[in-house]
Amino acid sequence: MIRDKRSEYLAALVLVGPFVVIYGLLFVWPTIQMVMLSFTDAPLIGPGEWVGFTNYVEILTHRLFHNATWNTVYFVLLTVIPNTLISLAIAMAVNRLSGWRQGFVMACFFLPYILPVSVVYFAWNWIIDVQYGLIQYVVRPLNGGEPMSLTRTIPFFMPTVAVVTIWWTLGFNVLLFIAGLRNISPEIYEAASLDSAGRWRQFTRITWPLIWPVTALVLTIQLIAQLKIFDQVYLFSMGGRQDPTIVLVQYIYKLAFQQNKGGEGAAAATLLFAMIIILSVLQYQALRARGQK
Amino acid sequence: MSSDVLTRPADTAAERARGDRLIDFGGLVLTAITFLFALMAIFPVYWTVVTSFKSETEVIASGISLWPRRFNTEAYEHIWRNTNIGVWYINSFVTSALITAGVIVSSAGCAYALSQLDFPGRRLIYVLILACFMVPMQALIINHFVLMAQFKLLNTWAGIILPQLVVPVTIIVYKQFFDSVPKEFREAAQMDGAGHFKTLFRVYLPMNWGVTSALAIITFIGAWNSFLWPFLAATGEATMTVPVGITQVKDAYGIVYARQMASAVMAGLPVAIVYLLFQRRVTQAIMLSAGVKG
Repeated sequence: MIRDKRSEYLAALVLVGPFVVIYGLLFVWPTIQMVMLSFTDAPLIGPGEWVGFTNYVEILTHRLFHNATWNTVYFVLLTVIPNTLISLAIAMAVNRLSGWRQGFVMACFFLPYILPVSVVYFAWNWIIDVQYGLIQYVVRPLNGGEPMSLTRTIPFFMPTVAVVTIWWTLGFNVLLFIAGLRNISPEIYEAASLDSAGRWRQFTRITWPLIWPVTALVLTIQLIAQLKIFDQVYLFSMGGRQDPTIVLVQYIYKLAFQQNKGGEGAAAATLLFAMIIILSVLQYQALRARGQK
Repeated sequence: MSSDVLTRPADTAAERARGDRLIDFGGLVLTAITFLFALMAIFPVYWTVVTSFKSETEVIASGISLWPRRFNTEAYEHIWRNTNIGVWYINSFVTSALITAGVIVSSAGCAYALSQLDFPGRRLIYVLILACFMVPMQALIINHFVLMAQFKLLNTWAGIILPQLVVPVTIIVYKQFFDSVPKEFREAAQMDGAGHFKTLFRVYLPMNWGVTSALAIITFIGAWNSFLWPFLAATGEATMTVPVGITQVKDAYGIVYARQMASAVMAGLPVAIVYLLFQRRVTQAIMLSAGVKG
Protein backbone atom coordinates (compact mmCIF):
# COMPACT_ATOMS: atom_id res chain seq x y z
CA MET A 1 0.00 0.00 0.00
CA ILE A 2 2.75 2.43 0.96
CA ARG A 3 4.72 1.42 -2.14
CA ASP A 4 1.59 2.11 -4.14
CA LYS A 5 1.26 5.61 -2.73
CA ARG A 6 4.89 6.30 -3.38
CA SER A 7 4.72 5.18 -6.97
CA GLU A 8 1.61 7.34 -7.38
CA TYR A 9 3.47 10.40 -6.07
CA LEU A 10 6.37 9.63 -8.33
CA ALA A 11 4.14 9.29 -11.39
CA ALA A 12 2.36 12.52 -10.47
CA LEU A 13 5.69 14.29 -10.11
CA VAL A 14 6.84 13.23 -13.56
CA LEU A 15 3.49 14.01 -15.19
CA VAL A 16 3.04 17.38 -13.55
CA GLY A 17 6.74 18.25 -13.80
CA PRO A 18 6.74 19.81 -17.27
CA PHE A 19 3.68 21.87 -16.39
CA VAL A 20 5.22 23.13 -13.16
CA VAL A 21 8.48 24.06 -14.87
CA ILE A 22 6.75 25.83 -17.79
CA TYR A 23 4.20 27.72 -15.69
CA GLY A 24 6.64 28.52 -12.93
CA LEU A 25 9.23 29.88 -15.30
CA LEU A 26 6.97 31.55 -17.88
CA PHE A 27 3.98 32.61 -15.85
CA VAL A 28 4.59 32.89 -12.09
CA TRP A 29 8.15 34.22 -12.32
CA PRO A 30 7.47 36.87 -15.01
CA THR A 31 4.39 38.03 -13.11
CA ILE A 32 6.41 38.56 -9.92
CA GLN A 33 9.18 40.21 -11.94
CA MET A 34 6.69 42.52 -13.62
CA VAL A 35 5.43 43.86 -10.30
CA MET A 36 8.98 44.22 -8.96
CA LEU A 37 10.16 45.98 -12.11
CA SER A 38 7.27 48.42 -11.92
CA PHE A 39 8.77 49.91 -8.75
CA THR A 40 12.16 50.59 -10.32
CA ASP A 41 13.54 53.01 -12.89
CA ALA A 42 15.17 50.18 -14.87
CA PRO A 43 15.52 50.29 -18.66
CA LEU A 44 14.11 47.40 -20.69
CA ILE A 45 17.23 45.29 -20.11
CA GLY A 46 19.39 45.96 -17.08
CA PRO A 47 19.18 46.86 -13.40
CA GLY A 48 17.46 49.87 -11.87
CA GLU A 49 16.96 51.74 -8.61
CA TRP A 50 13.92 51.30 -6.37
CA VAL A 51 11.68 54.33 -6.90
CA GLY A 52 8.49 53.39 -5.06
CA PHE A 53 5.29 54.50 -6.70
CA THR A 54 6.93 57.10 -8.94
CA ASN A 55 6.19 55.15 -12.11
CA TYR A 56 2.54 54.78 -11.23
CA VAL A 57 2.20 58.47 -10.47
CA GLU A 58 4.03 59.26 -13.68
CA ILE A 59 1.76 57.07 -15.77
CA LEU A 60 -1.52 57.95 -14.13
CA THR A 61 -0.83 61.61 -14.82
CA HIS A 62 0.48 60.94 -18.32
CA ARG A 63 -1.78 62.25 -21.07
CA LEU A 64 -0.84 59.39 -23.37
CA PHE A 65 -2.00 56.88 -20.76
CA HIS A 66 -5.38 58.60 -20.58
CA ASN A 67 -5.46 58.50 -24.36
CA ALA A 68 -4.63 54.82 -24.40
CA THR A 69 -7.23 53.99 -21.77
CA TRP A 70 -9.94 55.97 -23.53
CA ASN A 71 -9.08 54.51 -26.94
CA THR A 72 -9.19 51.00 -25.50
CA VAL A 73 -12.57 51.63 -23.88
CA TYR A 74 -13.79 53.23 -27.11
CA PHE A 75 -12.64 50.20 -29.08
CA VAL A 76 -14.44 47.89 -26.63
CA LEU A 77 -17.64 49.92 -27.02
CA LEU A 78 -17.37 49.85 -30.81
CA THR A 79 -16.80 46.11 -31.03
CA VAL A 80 -18.30 44.11 -28.18
CA ILE A 81 -22.03 44.83 -28.32
CA PRO A 82 -22.34 45.30 -32.11
CA ASN A 83 -20.35 42.10 -32.70
CA THR A 84 -22.59 40.17 -30.30
CA LEU A 85 -25.82 41.37 -31.92
CA ILE A 86 -24.57 40.78 -35.46
CA SER A 87 -23.29 37.33 -34.50
CA LEU A 88 -26.62 36.36 -32.96
CA ALA A 89 -28.48 37.49 -36.09
CA ILE A 90 -26.10 35.52 -38.31
CA ALA A 91 -26.32 32.46 -36.05
CA MET A 92 -30.12 32.49 -36.28
CA ALA A 93 -29.96 32.90 -40.05
CA VAL A 94 -27.44 30.06 -40.38
CA ASN A 95 -29.33 27.84 -37.98
CA ARG A 96 -32.50 27.78 -40.07
CA LEU A 97 -30.58 26.48 -43.08
CA SER A 98 -29.56 22.86 -43.51
CA GLY A 99 -27.31 20.62 -45.56
CA TRP A 100 -24.76 22.14 -47.93
CA ARG A 101 -26.37 25.57 -47.62
CA GLN A 102 -25.58 25.69 -43.93
CA GLY A 103 -22.06 24.34 -44.43
CA PHE A 104 -21.29 26.88 -47.16
CA VAL A 105 -22.71 29.90 -45.34
CA MET A 106 -21.02 28.92 -42.08
CA ALA A 107 -17.65 28.48 -43.81
CA CYS A 108 -17.98 31.96 -45.37
CA PHE A 109 -18.58 33.57 -42.00
CA PHE A 110 -16.05 31.49 -40.13
CA LEU A 111 -13.04 31.37 -42.45
CA PRO A 112 -11.80 34.91 -41.62
CA TYR A 113 -11.54 33.96 -37.95
CA ILE A 114 -8.76 31.44 -38.52
CA LEU A 115 -6.60 33.80 -40.60
CA PRO A 116 -3.51 35.51 -39.14
CA VAL A 117 -3.96 39.15 -38.21
CA SER A 118 -1.44 40.32 -40.79
CA VAL A 119 -3.49 38.71 -43.56
CA VAL A 120 -6.58 40.48 -42.26
CA TYR A 121 -4.63 43.72 -42.19
CA PHE A 122 -3.35 43.33 -45.76
CA ALA A 123 -6.76 42.37 -47.15
CA TRP A 124 -8.51 45.38 -45.62
CA ASN A 125 -5.68 47.82 -46.08
CA TRP A 126 -6.04 47.13 -49.79
CA ILE A 127 -9.83 47.49 -49.76
CA ILE A 128 -9.66 50.84 -47.98
CA ASP A 129 -6.61 52.13 -49.88
CA VAL A 130 -6.96 55.84 -50.49
CA GLN A 131 -6.11 55.67 -54.20
CA TYR A 132 -7.28 52.33 -55.55
CA GLY A 133 -9.29 50.77 -52.74
CA LEU A 134 -12.80 49.51 -53.46
CA ILE A 135 -14.19 51.36 -50.46
CA GLN A 136 -13.41 54.65 -52.17
CA TYR A 137 -16.33 54.01 -54.54
CA VAL A 138 -18.49 54.54 -51.45
CA VAL A 139 -16.32 57.06 -49.62
CA ARG A 140 -15.76 59.45 -52.54
CA PRO A 141 -19.42 60.40 -53.13
CA LEU A 142 -19.94 60.84 -49.39
CA ASN A 143 -16.84 62.98 -49.06
CA GLY A 144 -17.73 65.49 -51.77
CA GLY A 145 -15.99 63.59 -54.54
CA GLU A 146 -12.65 63.42 -52.75
CA PRO A 147 -11.01 60.13 -51.75
CA MET A 148 -10.16 59.80 -48.07
CA SER A 149 -7.89 57.52 -46.08
CA LEU A 150 -9.97 55.88 -43.38
CA THR A 151 -6.98 54.96 -41.25
CA ARG A 152 -5.07 58.23 -41.56
CA THR A 153 -8.14 60.35 -40.73
CA ILE A 154 -8.08 60.06 -36.94
CA PRO A 155 -11.85 60.10 -36.20
CA PHE A 156 -12.36 57.23 -38.64
CA PHE A 157 -9.46 55.10 -37.42
CA MET A 158 -11.08 53.27 -34.50
CA PRO A 159 -14.44 52.69 -36.24
CA THR A 160 -12.61 51.26 -39.26
CA VAL A 161 -10.46 48.94 -37.16
CA ALA A 162 -13.57 47.99 -35.19
CA VAL A 163 -15.44 46.99 -38.37
CA VAL A 164 -12.45 44.94 -39.52
CA THR A 165 -12.22 43.30 -36.10
CA ILE A 166 -15.91 42.43 -36.07
CA TRP A 167 -15.58 40.93 -39.55
CA TRP A 168 -12.53 38.97 -38.42
CA THR A 169 -13.84 37.57 -35.12
CA LEU A 170 -17.58 37.14 -35.55
CA GLY A 171 -17.20 33.52 -36.67
CA PHE A 172 -16.20 32.57 -33.14
CA ASN A 173 -19.33 34.14 -31.64
CA VAL A 174 -21.59 32.71 -34.33
CA LEU A 175 -20.28 29.27 -33.44
CA LEU A 176 -21.12 29.67 -29.75
CA PHE A 177 -24.57 31.07 -30.58
CA ILE A 178 -25.39 28.20 -32.93
CA ALA A 179 -24.46 25.71 -30.22
CA GLY A 180 -26.78 27.61 -27.87
CA LEU A 181 -29.62 27.77 -30.40
CA ARG A 182 -29.42 24.02 -30.98
CA ASN A 183 -29.98 23.49 -27.27
CA ILE A 184 -33.38 25.18 -27.44
CA SER A 185 -35.96 22.47 -27.86
CA PRO A 186 -37.85 22.74 -31.18
CA GLU A 187 -41.05 21.79 -29.36
CA ILE A 188 -41.15 25.23 -27.77
CA TYR A 189 -41.22 26.81 -31.22
CA GLU A 190 -43.80 24.34 -32.46
CA ALA A 191 -46.03 25.19 -29.51
CA ALA A 192 -45.52 28.88 -30.24
CA SER A 193 -46.40 28.54 -33.92
CA LEU A 194 -49.55 26.63 -32.99
CA ASP A 195 -50.45 29.74 -31.00
CA SER A 196 -49.66 31.56 -34.28
CA ALA A 197 -46.92 33.64 -32.72
CA GLY A 198 -45.03 35.56 -35.41
CA ARG A 199 -41.29 35.45 -35.97
CA TRP A 200 -40.59 38.57 -33.94
CA ARG A 201 -42.70 37.38 -31.01
CA GLN A 202 -40.98 34.02 -31.08
CA PHE A 203 -37.64 35.81 -30.93
CA THR A 204 -38.48 38.13 -28.03
CA ARG A 205 -40.40 35.55 -26.01
CA ILE A 206 -38.38 32.38 -26.65
CA THR A 207 -35.03 32.80 -28.38
CA TRP A 208 -33.70 35.89 -26.61
CA PRO A 209 -34.41 34.78 -23.01
CA LEU A 210 -33.24 31.20 -23.63
CA ILE A 211 -30.06 32.24 -25.44
CA TRP A 212 -29.16 34.85 -22.80
CA PRO A 213 -26.60 32.66 -20.95
CA VAL A 214 -24.65 32.27 -24.21
CA THR A 215 -25.01 35.99 -24.90
CA ALA A 216 -23.52 36.76 -21.50
CA LEU A 217 -20.65 34.36 -22.18
CA VAL A 218 -19.96 35.89 -25.60
CA LEU A 219 -20.07 39.41 -24.17
CA THR A 220 -17.60 38.69 -21.38
CA ILE A 221 -15.17 36.70 -23.53
CA GLN A 222 -15.06 39.56 -26.01
CA LEU A 223 -14.82 42.25 -23.37
CA ILE A 224 -11.67 40.70 -21.96
CA ALA A 225 -10.23 39.87 -25.37
CA GLN A 226 -10.73 43.39 -26.72
CA LEU A 227 -9.15 45.04 -23.69
CA LYS A 228 -5.94 43.28 -24.76
CA ILE A 229 -6.19 44.64 -28.30
CA PHE A 230 -2.87 45.37 -29.97
CA ASP A 231 -2.22 43.67 -33.30
CA GLN A 232 -4.77 45.30 -35.62
CA VAL A 233 -4.43 48.75 -34.08
CA TYR A 234 -0.66 48.58 -34.35
CA LEU A 235 -0.67 47.32 -37.94
CA PHE A 236 -3.20 49.84 -39.23
CA SER A 237 -1.32 52.71 -37.60
CA MET A 238 2.06 51.62 -38.99
CA GLY A 239 3.68 54.45 -40.88
CA GLY A 240 1.23 57.00 -39.53
CA ARG A 241 0.81 58.95 -36.32
CA GLN A 242 0.37 56.39 -33.57
CA ASP A 243 -0.27 58.45 -30.45
CA PRO A 244 -3.83 59.63 -31.20
CA THR A 245 -5.03 56.05 -31.68
CA ILE A 246 -2.81 54.30 -29.16
CA VAL A 247 -4.30 51.48 -27.04
CA LEU A 248 -3.12 50.10 -23.69
CA VAL A 249 -0.96 47.20 -24.85
CA GLN A 250 0.53 49.47 -27.49
CA TYR A 251 1.29 51.98 -24.74
CA ILE A 252 3.16 49.28 -22.80
CA TYR A 253 5.02 48.38 -25.99
CA LYS A 254 5.90 52.01 -26.65
CA LEU A 255 7.20 52.68 -23.13
CA ALA A 256 9.24 49.51 -22.82
CA PHE A 257 10.39 48.71 -26.34
CA GLN A 258 10.50 52.07 -28.09
CA GLN A 259 11.44 54.40 -25.21
CA ASN A 260 13.43 51.82 -23.24
CA LYS A 261 11.56 52.60 -19.99
CA GLY A 262 11.22 49.10 -18.57
CA GLY A 263 10.01 50.26 -15.15
CA GLU A 264 7.26 52.51 -16.49
CA GLY A 265 6.23 49.89 -19.02
CA ALA A 266 5.97 47.31 -16.25
CA ALA A 267 3.85 49.71 -14.19
CA ALA A 268 1.47 50.16 -17.13
CA ALA A 269 1.42 46.38 -17.61
CA THR A 270 0.62 45.88 -13.93
CA LEU A 271 -2.31 48.29 -14.22
CA LEU A 272 -3.67 46.46 -17.27
CA PHE A 273 -3.08 43.19 -15.47
CA ALA A 274 -5.06 44.37 -12.43
CA MET A 275 -7.88 45.67 -14.60
CA ILE A 276 -8.30 42.39 -16.44
CA ILE A 277 -7.99 40.27 -13.29
CA ILE A 278 -10.75 42.28 -11.62
CA LEU A 279 -13.00 41.92 -14.66
CA SER A 280 -12.25 38.20 -14.89
CA VAL A 281 -13.06 37.62 -11.24
CA LEU A 282 -16.33 39.50 -11.67
CA GLN A 283 -17.08 37.43 -14.75
CA TYR A 284 -16.24 34.20 -12.93
CA GLN A 285 -18.48 35.16 -10.01
CA ALA A 286 -21.31 36.10 -12.36
CA LEU A 287 -21.05 32.82 -14.24
CA ARG A 288 -20.94 30.86 -10.99
CA ALA A 289 -23.91 32.71 -9.60
CA ARG A 290 -25.80 31.83 -12.75
CA GLY A 291 -24.73 28.20 -12.51
CA GLN A 292 -26.06 27.92 -8.95
CA LYS A 293 -29.47 29.31 -9.79
CA MET B 1 -29.01 18.10 -55.35
CA SER B 2 -29.83 15.04 -53.30
CA SER B 3 -30.35 17.16 -50.21
CA ASP B 4 -32.92 19.16 -52.19
CA VAL B 5 -34.92 16.04 -52.80
CA LEU B 6 -34.60 15.00 -49.21
CA THR B 7 -35.77 18.26 -47.70
CA ARG B 8 -38.71 18.77 -49.99
CA PRO B 9 -41.27 16.52 -48.26
CA ALA B 10 -40.57 18.12 -44.90
CA ASP B 11 -40.92 21.57 -46.42
CA THR B 12 -44.26 20.85 -47.94
CA ALA B 13 -45.49 19.35 -44.69
CA ALA B 14 -44.48 22.49 -42.86
CA GLU B 15 -46.16 24.62 -45.50
CA ARG B 16 -49.36 22.65 -45.24
CA ALA B 17 -49.33 23.08 -41.50
CA ARG B 18 -49.07 26.81 -41.95
CA GLY B 19 -52.02 27.00 -44.28
CA ASP B 20 -52.57 27.12 -47.98
CA ARG B 21 -49.40 28.97 -48.97
CA LEU B 22 -47.42 26.87 -51.41
CA ILE B 23 -44.12 28.70 -51.05
CA ASP B 24 -42.76 30.28 -47.90
CA PHE B 25 -41.81 33.65 -49.39
CA GLY B 26 -40.50 35.07 -46.14
CA GLY B 27 -38.20 32.10 -45.71
CA LEU B 28 -36.89 32.35 -49.27
CA VAL B 29 -36.12 36.03 -48.88
CA LEU B 30 -34.35 35.32 -45.60
CA THR B 31 -32.26 32.59 -47.22
CA ALA B 32 -31.37 34.90 -50.08
CA ILE B 33 -30.31 37.65 -47.66
CA THR B 34 -28.26 35.15 -45.66
CA PHE B 35 -26.41 34.07 -48.79
CA LEU B 36 -25.83 37.67 -49.79
CA PHE B 37 -24.26 38.46 -46.44
CA ALA B 38 -22.21 35.27 -46.51
CA LEU B 39 -20.80 36.26 -49.89
CA MET B 40 -20.05 39.73 -48.56
CA ALA B 41 -18.26 38.18 -45.59
CA ILE B 42 -16.03 36.03 -47.76
CA PHE B 43 -15.47 38.77 -50.36
CA PRO B 44 -12.35 40.32 -48.75
CA VAL B 45 -10.70 36.91 -48.82
CA TYR B 46 -11.73 36.39 -52.44
CA TRP B 47 -10.54 39.88 -53.38
CA THR B 48 -7.16 39.22 -51.76
CA VAL B 49 -6.66 36.02 -53.76
CA VAL B 50 -7.86 37.55 -57.03
CA THR B 51 -5.69 40.64 -56.63
CA SER B 52 -2.64 38.51 -55.97
CA PHE B 53 -2.95 37.00 -59.47
CA LYS B 54 -3.31 40.30 -61.29
CA SER B 55 -0.57 42.28 -62.95
CA GLU B 56 0.26 45.54 -61.23
CA THR B 57 -1.21 47.60 -64.09
CA GLU B 58 -4.48 45.74 -63.77
CA VAL B 59 -4.50 46.20 -60.01
CA ILE B 60 -4.42 49.98 -60.26
CA ALA B 61 -6.67 50.22 -63.33
CA SER B 62 -10.00 51.90 -62.63
CA GLY B 63 -13.14 49.83 -62.43
CA ILE B 64 -13.74 46.60 -60.56
CA SER B 65 -12.54 43.46 -62.28
CA LEU B 66 -13.68 40.45 -60.31
CA TRP B 67 -11.49 38.08 -62.30
CA PRO B 68 -7.91 38.61 -63.48
CA ARG B 69 -7.74 39.29 -67.21
CA ARG B 70 -4.72 37.04 -67.35
CA PHE B 71 -3.48 34.91 -64.47
CA ASN B 72 -0.17 36.31 -63.46
CA THR B 73 2.11 34.79 -60.85
CA GLU B 74 4.68 37.56 -61.01
CA ALA B 75 3.77 38.74 -57.50
CA TYR B 76 4.36 35.30 -56.01
CA GLU B 77 7.64 34.92 -57.82
CA HIS B 78 8.72 38.33 -56.59
CA ILE B 79 7.89 37.52 -52.96
CA TRP B 80 9.57 34.15 -53.23
CA ARG B 81 12.76 35.59 -54.74
CA ASN B 82 13.07 38.88 -52.88
CA THR B 83 12.04 38.08 -49.33
CA ASN B 84 13.04 35.46 -46.81
CA ILE B 85 9.63 33.83 -46.95
CA GLY B 86 11.11 30.36 -47.38
CA VAL B 87 13.00 30.76 -44.09
CA TRP B 88 9.91 32.29 -42.45
CA TYR B 89 7.91 29.25 -43.52
CA ILE B 90 10.41 26.94 -41.89
CA ASN B 91 10.41 29.08 -38.73
CA SER B 92 6.61 29.14 -38.61
CA PHE B 93 6.23 25.41 -39.22
CA VAL B 94 8.91 24.38 -36.73
CA THR B 95 7.79 26.72 -33.94
CA SER B 96 4.08 25.99 -34.44
CA ALA B 97 4.65 22.23 -34.52
CA LEU B 98 6.86 22.28 -31.43
CA ILE B 99 4.43 24.54 -29.54
CA THR B 100 1.62 22.13 -30.43
CA ALA B 101 3.59 19.07 -29.31
CA GLY B 102 4.73 20.77 -26.11
CA VAL B 103 1.29 22.02 -25.17
CA ILE B 104 -0.43 18.69 -25.88
CA VAL B 105 2.12 16.52 -24.04
CA SER B 106 2.46 18.73 -20.96
CA SER B 107 -1.30 19.34 -20.77
CA ALA B 108 -2.27 15.69 -21.17
CA GLY B 109 0.21 14.62 -18.49
CA CYS B 110 -0.83 17.31 -16.06
CA ALA B 111 -4.54 16.71 -16.69
CA TYR B 112 -4.14 12.96 -16.14
CA ALA B 113 -2.40 13.56 -12.83
CA LEU B 114 -5.04 16.07 -11.74
CA SER B 115 -7.85 13.80 -12.80
CA GLN B 116 -6.63 10.36 -11.69
CA LEU B 117 -3.91 10.72 -9.08
CA ASP B 118 -3.88 11.90 -5.52
CA PHE B 119 -0.77 13.85 -4.56
CA PRO B 120 0.24 16.80 -2.41
CA GLY B 121 0.00 20.15 -4.16
CA ARG B 122 -2.89 19.10 -6.36
CA ARG B 123 -5.10 21.96 -5.23
CA LEU B 124 -2.30 24.48 -5.62
CA ILE B 125 -1.83 23.45 -9.24
CA TYR B 126 -5.52 23.77 -9.91
CA VAL B 127 -5.53 27.28 -8.46
CA LEU B 128 -2.50 28.13 -10.58
CA ILE B 129 -4.28 27.04 -13.75
CA LEU B 130 -7.38 29.06 -12.93
CA ALA B 131 -5.25 32.10 -12.11
CA CYS B 132 -3.41 31.73 -15.38
CA PHE B 133 -6.74 31.75 -17.19
CA MET B 134 -7.35 35.29 -16.09
CA VAL B 135 -3.91 36.67 -16.76
CA PRO B 136 -3.42 38.63 -19.95
CA MET B 137 -0.25 37.31 -21.60
CA GLN B 138 0.07 40.72 -23.28
CA ALA B 139 0.86 42.20 -19.87
CA LEU B 140 3.84 39.86 -19.52
CA ILE B 141 5.58 40.80 -22.78
CA ILE B 142 8.20 42.93 -21.05
CA ASN B 143 9.24 40.26 -18.60
CA HIS B 144 9.09 37.49 -21.16
CA PHE B 145 11.42 39.61 -23.25
CA VAL B 146 13.77 40.22 -20.31
CA LEU B 147 13.75 36.52 -19.44
CA MET B 148 14.47 35.43 -22.99
CA ALA B 149 17.25 38.02 -23.21
CA GLN B 150 18.81 36.62 -20.01
CA PHE B 151 18.72 33.11 -21.50
CA LYS B 152 20.11 34.53 -24.77
CA LEU B 153 17.10 33.12 -26.57
CA LEU B 154 15.96 36.20 -28.45
CA ASN B 155 15.95 35.56 -32.19
CA THR B 156 15.87 31.80 -31.71
CA TRP B 157 13.15 29.19 -32.15
CA ALA B 158 13.21 28.44 -28.43
CA GLY B 159 12.65 32.10 -27.63
CA ILE B 160 9.59 32.21 -29.86
CA ILE B 161 8.26 28.90 -28.55
CA LEU B 162 8.69 29.05 -24.77
CA PRO B 163 6.22 31.82 -23.74
CA GLN B 164 3.62 30.31 -26.04
CA LEU B 165 3.60 27.01 -24.14
CA VAL B 166 1.34 28.54 -21.49
CA VAL B 167 -2.13 27.44 -22.62
CA PRO B 168 -4.12 26.58 -19.48
CA VAL B 169 -7.39 25.92 -21.29
CA THR B 170 -6.00 22.73 -22.86
CA ILE B 171 -5.42 21.25 -19.41
CA ILE B 172 -8.96 22.05 -18.31
CA VAL B 173 -10.48 20.47 -21.42
CA TYR B 174 -8.33 17.34 -21.05
CA LYS B 175 -9.19 17.04 -17.37
CA GLN B 176 -12.91 17.15 -18.13
CA PHE B 177 -12.54 14.34 -20.63
CA PHE B 178 -10.28 12.22 -18.41
CA ASP B 179 -12.74 12.68 -15.55
CA SER B 180 -15.48 11.12 -17.63
CA VAL B 181 -13.51 7.97 -18.53
CA PRO B 182 -15.04 5.16 -16.42
CA LYS B 183 -12.73 4.10 -13.57
CA GLU B 184 -13.00 0.46 -14.69
CA PHE B 185 -10.70 1.13 -17.61
CA ARG B 186 -7.91 2.29 -15.35
CA GLU B 187 -8.43 -0.54 -12.92
CA ALA B 188 -8.40 -3.09 -15.73
CA ALA B 189 -5.20 -1.63 -17.16
CA GLN B 190 -3.54 -1.72 -13.77
CA MET B 191 -4.67 -5.28 -13.13
CA ASP B 192 -2.70 -6.12 -16.26
CA GLY B 193 0.31 -4.52 -14.61
CA ALA B 194 0.30 -1.27 -16.58
CA GLY B 195 1.83 1.70 -14.78
CA HIS B 196 0.42 5.20 -14.89
CA PHE B 197 2.33 6.15 -18.03
CA LYS B 198 1.14 3.11 -19.90
CA THR B 199 -2.40 3.78 -18.70
CA LEU B 200 -2.20 7.35 -19.96
CA PHE B 201 -0.67 6.56 -23.33
CA ARG B 202 -2.42 3.26 -24.03
CA VAL B 203 -5.86 3.91 -22.55
CA TYR B 204 -6.69 7.53 -21.79
CA LEU B 205 -5.12 9.23 -24.79
CA PRO B 206 -6.35 6.75 -27.43
CA MET B 207 -9.83 6.90 -25.90
CA ASN B 208 -9.77 10.67 -26.27
CA TRP B 209 -8.13 10.77 -29.65
CA GLY B 210 -10.81 13.09 -31.03
CA VAL B 211 -10.18 15.69 -28.35
CA THR B 212 -6.44 15.40 -28.78
CA SER B 213 -6.60 16.03 -32.51
CA ALA B 214 -9.06 18.90 -32.05
CA LEU B 215 -6.85 20.57 -29.44
CA ALA B 216 -3.72 19.95 -31.50
CA ILE B 217 -5.25 21.53 -34.60
CA ILE B 218 -6.48 24.61 -32.77
CA THR B 219 -3.17 25.01 -30.93
CA PHE B 220 -1.32 24.80 -34.24
CA ILE B 221 -3.57 27.43 -35.84
CA GLY B 222 -3.18 29.67 -32.80
CA ALA B 223 0.61 29.31 -32.82
CA TRP B 224 0.84 29.95 -36.56
CA ASN B 225 -1.31 33.07 -36.23
CA SER B 226 0.25 34.56 -33.11
CA PHE B 227 1.67 37.98 -33.80
CA LEU B 228 2.67 40.04 -30.77
CA TRP B 229 5.17 37.69 -29.17
CA PRO B 230 6.99 36.52 -32.34
CA PHE B 231 7.03 40.16 -33.43
CA LEU B 232 8.94 41.07 -30.24
CA ALA B 233 11.10 37.96 -29.92
CA ALA B 234 12.28 37.80 -33.53
CA THR B 235 13.76 41.03 -34.78
CA GLY B 236 16.14 39.56 -37.33
CA GLU B 237 14.86 38.69 -40.81
CA ALA B 238 16.24 35.18 -40.40
CA THR B 239 14.14 34.27 -37.35
CA MET B 240 10.79 35.87 -38.19
CA THR B 241 7.62 33.84 -38.66
CA VAL B 242 5.49 34.25 -41.80
CA PRO B 243 2.76 36.48 -40.30
CA VAL B 244 5.37 38.81 -38.80
CA GLY B 245 7.78 38.71 -41.73
CA ILE B 246 5.29 39.75 -44.40
CA THR B 247 4.46 42.95 -42.51
CA GLN B 248 8.12 43.95 -42.50
CA VAL B 249 8.58 43.88 -46.27
CA LYS B 250 9.03 47.37 -47.64
CA ASP B 251 9.01 48.07 -51.34
CA ALA B 252 11.11 50.98 -52.45
CA TYR B 253 8.32 52.63 -54.45
CA GLY B 254 5.43 52.38 -51.99
CA ILE B 255 2.99 49.54 -51.65
CA VAL B 256 2.73 47.09 -54.52
CA TYR B 257 -0.65 45.58 -53.74
CA ALA B 258 -0.42 42.46 -55.89
CA ARG B 259 2.73 41.53 -53.98
CA GLN B 260 1.20 42.27 -50.58
CA MET B 261 -1.81 40.15 -51.47
CA ALA B 262 0.45 37.34 -52.67
CA SER B 263 2.31 37.37 -49.36
CA ALA B 264 -1.01 37.43 -47.49
CA VAL B 265 -2.22 34.39 -49.43
CA MET B 266 1.03 32.59 -48.65
CA ALA B 267 0.69 33.42 -44.94
CA GLY B 268 -2.95 32.41 -44.69
CA LEU B 269 -2.91 29.34 -46.90
CA PRO B 270 -1.61 26.77 -44.37
CA VAL B 271 -4.21 27.62 -41.72
CA ALA B 272 -6.97 27.92 -44.33
CA ILE B 273 -6.11 24.44 -45.61
CA VAL B 274 -6.01 23.03 -42.07
CA TYR B 275 -9.40 24.59 -41.39
CA LEU B 276 -11.03 23.36 -44.60
CA LEU B 277 -9.68 19.83 -44.04
CA PHE B 278 -10.67 19.62 -40.37
CA GLN B 279 -13.69 21.95 -40.09
CA ARG B 280 -15.48 19.74 -37.57
CA ARG B 281 -12.46 19.41 -35.31
CA VAL B 282 -11.73 23.13 -35.41
CA THR B 283 -15.24 24.12 -34.42
CA GLN B 284 -15.35 21.39 -31.77
CA ALA B 285 -12.10 22.60 -30.24
CA ILE B 286 -13.27 26.21 -30.16
CA MET B 287 -16.48 25.29 -28.42
CA LEU B 288 -14.66 23.09 -25.90
CA SER B 289 -12.21 25.89 -25.11
CA ALA B 290 -15.05 28.33 -24.55
CA GLY B 291 -16.70 25.85 -22.19
CA VAL B 292 -19.65 25.11 -24.49
CA LYS B 293 -20.51 21.50 -25.24
CA GLY B 294 -21.18 21.33 -28.98
